[in-house]
Amino acid sequence: MLTRRTLGRLAAAGTTALAAPALAQGQWPARPIQFIVPWGAGGGTDYHSRTIASLLERELGQPVTVVNRTGGSGVVGHSAIAEAAPDGYTIGAVTVEIGMMHWQGLTRLTWRDYTPIAMMNLVPAGVQVAADSPWKTLKDMIDDIRANPGKYKSSGTGQGGIWHLAIAGLLQSVGLPPDAAPWIPSDGAASGLRELVAGGVHIVPCGIPEAATLLRAGRVRSLAAMMPARVPAFPDIPTVKEAIGSDWTLASYLSVMGPKGMPAPIARRLEEAALKAMASEEWKKAMDARGFGLNPMPAAELAAFVEKSDRDLGGVMKALGLAKS
Amino acid sequence: MIEALPQALALLMQPQTVMVGIAAAMFGLFVGAMPGLSATMAVALLVPVSFFLEPVAALTAVVMTTAMAIFAGDIPGALMRIPGTPASAAYVDDAYQLTRQGRPELALGICLVTSAIGGLFGTAVLILLAPRLAEIALRFSGMEYFWLVALGLSCAVMVAGRDPLKGAVSLLVGLFIATIGQDVTAGHPRFTGGISSLLSGVSFIPAMVGMFAISEILRNLPTIRNAAEVQVRRLGSILRGTGGVVRRHPVNLMRGNVIGTAIGILPGAGADIAAWISYAVGKRFSRDPDRFGKGSEEGLVDAGAANNAAIAGAWVPALVFGIPGDSVTAIVIGLLLMKGIQPGPDVFLFNPEQIGALFLAFVIANIVMVPIGVVAIRLCAKVLLVPRPVLTPLILLFCMVGSFAIDNNPFALVVMAVMGILAWLMEENDVPVAPAILGIVLGDQFEKHFMTTMMKGDGSLAFFVSRPIAAVLAAVTAAVWIAIVVGLVRRGPVRLGRGGAPAGGLHRPPRGEDGGRGR
Repeated sequence: MLTRRTLGRLAAAGTTALAAPALAQGQWPARPIQFIVPWGAGGGTDYHSRTIASLLERELGQPVTVVNRTGGSGVVGHSAIAEAAPDGYTIGAVTVEIGMMHWQGLTRLTWRDYTPIAMMNLVPAGVQVAADSPWKTLKDMIDDIRANPGKYKSSGTGQGGIWHLAIAGLLQSVGLPPDAAPWIPSDGAASGLRELVAGGVHIVPCGIPEAATLLRAGRVRSLAAMMPARVPAFPDIPTVKEAIGSDWTLASYLSVMGPKGMPAPIARRLEEAALKAMASEEWKKAMDARGFGLNPMPAAELAAFVEKSDRDLGGVMKALGLAKS
Repeated sequence: MIEALPQALALLMQPQTVMVGIAAAMFGLFVGAMPGLSATMAVALLVPVSFFLEPVAALTAVVMTTAMAIFAGDIPGALMRIPGTPASAAYVDDAYQLTRQGRPELALGICLVTSAIGGLFGTAVLILLAPRLAEIALRFSGMEYFWLVALGLSCAVMVAGRDPLKGAVSLLVGLFIATIGQDVTAGHPRFTGGISSLLSGVSFIPAMVGMFAISEILRNLPTIRNAAEVQVRRLGSILRGTGGVVRRHPVNLMRGNVIGTAIGILPGAGADIAAWISYAVGKRFSRDPDRFGKGSEEGLVDAGAANNAAIAGAWVPALVFGIPGDSVTAIVIGLLLMKGIQPGPDVFLFNPEQIGALFLAFVIANIVMVPIGVVAIRLCAKVLLVPRPVLTPLILLFCMVGSFAIDNNPFALVVMAVMGILAWLMEENDVPVAPAILGIVLGDQFEKHFMTTMMKGDGSLAFFVSRPIAAVLAAVTAAVWIAIVVGLVRRGPVRLGRGGAPAGGLHRPPRGEDGGRGR
């Protein structure tokens, strides 16, 4: 972390000293752009961010330096983006947690403190069970949970994490208590899936791309996708609507945003560059390599999506007793 | 696995990987031969560099560095009776005595050849056993991991030193340090004193650099001025006579290989403990036990093979369970995650080429060790002439850079200093440091698996032994503790394995350089 961050700072400091203030607005971008990632190096958000940063660099003709600002369950990095000067020289990855943290009282920041630029990707939640699970359909599972509330355990992220909300919201949508399949906290989807294969838990409602390798290896099955339509990369997985008629959907998302109050021309330029980057072959290849889909969205669509997600998550968190506000 | 070999070889033979491998070998030799710098530290210092490397290149760097460093630790041990790494401490007297008898070439030759053979044996086990263990390990849930961690922590107490009571105290110190920061299940902050840098816990690398290197510096400080300058004469042929010695002691060699690999696989026991136990067992079964400590070739074969065999062994639990086999692999796991390789039973499923390349890197590292080692022995003899008053500040500087680099956080220096003083106080009072380190590494997992298993079992303790593998692991853990308590009650000397030789009773090692430390 040292090296990248320090290099980034040195680069930024050096160029700030050189660039005359008058240039800042006129010929944007006149100096390197910092791209803040609130999550650790090597994760999905980091992967998307580094990919788009290298493509933006080409579009904009200035270095785009990725800086991982981790800690505080994402609060630190999200705050760093929101609190930066809205001059277009600091942007970053804003993730689904921005619609969760304020309900939990972890921060007062909401998506309204940002300038939406573009959606990088959606990570649709699926209902994964072990290959040898007796449940063949989502209906089997729901019926069993209805008959034995509390017996079956689910896992895949920390307490109150996005996938916890996915299963709680699903259960709530069919009239079950949101904790009818109690949550076992884990470090992330990978360790949750490992538990699932070992028979330690029964359901892992994580992102479908996260389970992709185990799905393909035949170690787990996905009973349903929490999406309005089938996921193109996994056409055999039915939607929740098809399986049990519930309207519940949930997807984690990764977006590019800047601080609130960015000049409209700069935001528009960034949006165009990002959309162009995500239409490139390189982007498609990179997404394919890690099993991610392609879900680019322009700024206006992104804002509407984020608003709905924020509202849905707030509802589940209140039902689970996780919300403080 | 086999079908991935061609791709694995292609990955390994990329120019970047080859260059990095060579550089890492040099780096490992340097660090290993420098007293006060450990193989663990060497790997920790590699971490920031590895941000810029491909996964295979990064892993190759780690493999090369550790293999070379553990061998190179023997060089100053034989020449100056200063073990370059704690893994060389067990037999430092034998190597040094051979040097005093005018046979430094033989001492270092045995160390080099047995290191290479031990390393290859451990690698063979890693290649053959790891995928099989993986199949079993796919059935391991949190419950089984809990017992595995409990077993590792318990073994550390059993083998860590002369007095298991002090080992247990050390373990509890480590476990306490692991509780600092946010609670692993509920996220409640504990013992942070309002310091936000402690929210994510005591950072492991600065803690370890402090506990190993800073404590070593503190210990040597009083004598820094009157440390005698070492006279190193020109060395003769290094490999002459070595083959004969190794051939004369095939049992010792094999025993060292097996013990080293087995202890390496055991979570939480590394090359240093492997060397100590192998040395102890070797003495127990030797026809000539009196020569041990006075230049015994047998002792060198036993322990020299064991410490290098342990390196590869330690990767088995690291790759298959995601549980570090020693302090180096503790860092390796972080490195793997950073590179998008999730350690676990399915790593062979998801990343066959990269794991194949890793195995090949092990084989190559242990083969090229011999020629590089011969050159290094000659060069290192000169580097060791740097006066200690110059060397010590340099080591301190390395430590500070290494600690700071991990999190880019100045608070890491505070952690390093505090842990260094703590470790120094512990060692001055004969409390081994290794169990504390292990407590820090495994404390989080110990707690997390306990908590989640309680939740899965709806609060029932009987649930912890409700699956067969878990029940077996629980029984073994209980047996370890019964052995520890029985040993304590008898008040007899601590017994190591079946060897029966008291850990410290063979010869009292230089203060603080006993088996109670990592590398």
